Amino acid sequence: MTISINGSPVAIPDDPRVSLLEFLREHLHLFGAKKGCNQGACGACTVLLDDERILSCLTLAVQCEGRSVTTVEGLASQEGLHPLQQAFIEHDGFQCGYCTPGQICSAIGMAGELKRGVPSHVTRDLVADGIELSHDELRERMSGNLCRCGAYNGIASAIATTCGPDVERSPA
Amino acid sequence: MTPFTYARANDAGDALRLGAMQGAKYLGGGTNLVDLMRETIERPVMLVDITGLPHGIEERPDGGLMIGAAARNTAVAAHRAVRRHYPVLARAISSGASAQIRNMATVGGNLLQRTRCAYFYDDEGSRCNKREPGQGCDALQGFNRDHAILGASSNCVATHPSDMCVALAALGAIVHLRSAEGERSMPLTDLHRLPEDHPELDTLLAPGELITAIELPPLAFAARSTYRKVRDRASYAFALVSVAGALDLDDAGAIRDVRLALGGVAHKPWRAWKAEAALRGQQATFENFRAAAEEELAGAQALRDNGFKIELAKRTIAAVLGELKEMP
Repeated sequence: MTISINGSPVAIPDDPRVSLLEFLREHLHLFGAKKGCNQGACGACTVLLDDERILSCLTLAVQCEGRSVTTVEGLASQEGLHPLQQAFIEHDGFQCGYCTPGQICSAIGMAGELKRGVPSHVTRDLVADGIELSHDELRERMSGNLCRCGAYNGIASAIATTCGPDVERSPA
Repeated sequence: MTPFTYARANDAGDALRLGAMQGAKYLGGGTNLVDLMRETIERPVMLVDITGLPHGIEERPDGGLMIGAAARNTAVAAHRAVRRHYPVLARAISSGASAQIRNMATVGGNLLQRTRCAYFYDDEGSRCNKREPGQGCDALQGFNRDHAILGASSNCVATHPSDMCVALAALGAIVHLRSAEGERSMPLTDLHRLPEDHPELDTLLAPGELITAIELPPLAFAARSTYRKVRDRASYAFALVSVAGALDLDDAGAIRDVRLALGGVAHKPWRAWKAEAALRGQQATFENFRAAAEEELAGAQALRDNGFKIELAKRTIAAVLGELKEMP
C-alpha cells in the first residue's frame, strides 16, 4: 500500500479524502507543488504520475497506490538541475515563482506527449508523423498552467529551447 | 469533503457489487467528481474506483471502434484510428479542458460530467433545482450568458459541458451499459436527458448502472469531419457554442449525407436532426447551410444574456459546413 514519490516508497494516507496535493505538501512536506485554485483551473499543482502530467489537487492520494509520482523536487540529479529548471533561470521564466514547479512538470509531461504524437487543439494535420513544437503548439499545450505575473514569454522560450521533439531530455 | 470509504474494483462484476451500495459512486479520473465533493455538492459515502476496468481501444472488423469506458481522453484523441477515421472526435477532445485534465479524465466520466452552471456550484448562495430539486433556479433571472437556448425548461437552463460528447452525438456513438439486470446499450443521443421537471437527473442511467464501453459505428465519411468550438478565450474554456460536423458529398457536389451536433446550447449534446434532414440531397451551398441552421434554431429561446448564442450557433454551423465542403 505505497506510492513511489520521487523514487521512494511512501505509505498511502489512511483518510481517502486526502488529495495527492495535500499529501505531498502537508504529510510529506514537499512544498514544490502549489495549491493555487484547488479546483483544477490553474495548473500550479501539476506533477507527473507515471511520467504523465496530472493535477494533484483533483487526484486522491489513495488512487495513486502502486504508482510513481515525480514532483519538481525529484527532477534535479547529482549533476545539477534538470535542463528545464536551468532554462527557466536563463530565460527569466518566472517572477514570483508560484506557478513554476507546475509549469516545469507540465512541460516535461508535454514533451512526452509530443514524442508519442498526441495531437493538440491547434495541430493542423492529425495523421502526420511528428509534431513540431511551434509557437502556437507550445502555447496551446501549456494553456493549463496559468502565470499571474505574466512571465509567459520567458516560460515559453525556456520550454521551446528544452522540450522540442528534437531536444534530448534527461529522464525525469 | 464529507467522509467516505474507498474501494478499487478489479472488474465490472466487482464494480457492480460495490456500486450497488446506497450512496456509492463510481470514480474515474475524478476531475469533476472530486471537485464537486470538495464543494460538498456530491456527498458519496463510498467511492468505487473503476479506473482499472477495460480501457482498450479496439478496431472492429466492420471498421468501427470499441472504446473501453476507462480509456483516458488523451488516449482516445491520440489513437491512430481515431485521428484517421474520426477526426471530429480527436478535435473535440483536444479542445476540452487542459492537457493535465485530459490525461486524467476517462471516457465514461466525460459522459457523466455535471453542468458548470455557476448557480449549481454555488450551494451556499443560490437556488438550483439540479442540486436541490424543487428549490428554484436562480439562473433564470440571473447571469445566464452561458446557458441553454434549446430544450431548456422553466426548472433548469443549464448546459452540458462536454466537447467529446458533441462529437460522439454526431458520430452516432452507442453507449454500452451493465447492471445487475444484465447488459444493454443505447445511442449516446438517448443517454442524456432534457431537464423538463427533473433537472436533477442528467441521464437515463439506473442507480448503480455502469458504462462499460463506447462504440463508434463505422462511418466512412467521418474522415471528412471536424469540430469548431467558440469560447471566451483561445484555450482552456468551456464552449459558448460548438459544432461537430461530418459531410458526405457526391460527385455533383450534392449532400449525400451529413452529421451535425451542437455543444454549449442545451442540457445535453444536441444532435441537429432537423438541419441534417434539411441538408440531405441539397447542393452544398452557403445558402442551404444557412437555411438548415435557421431550421435547427427555429425553436431556440433566449434568456436575458444569451441571445447572441442563437446567431452564433447558426453562423458556426454554416462555417463548419463550409470548411468541410472545402476539405480535400
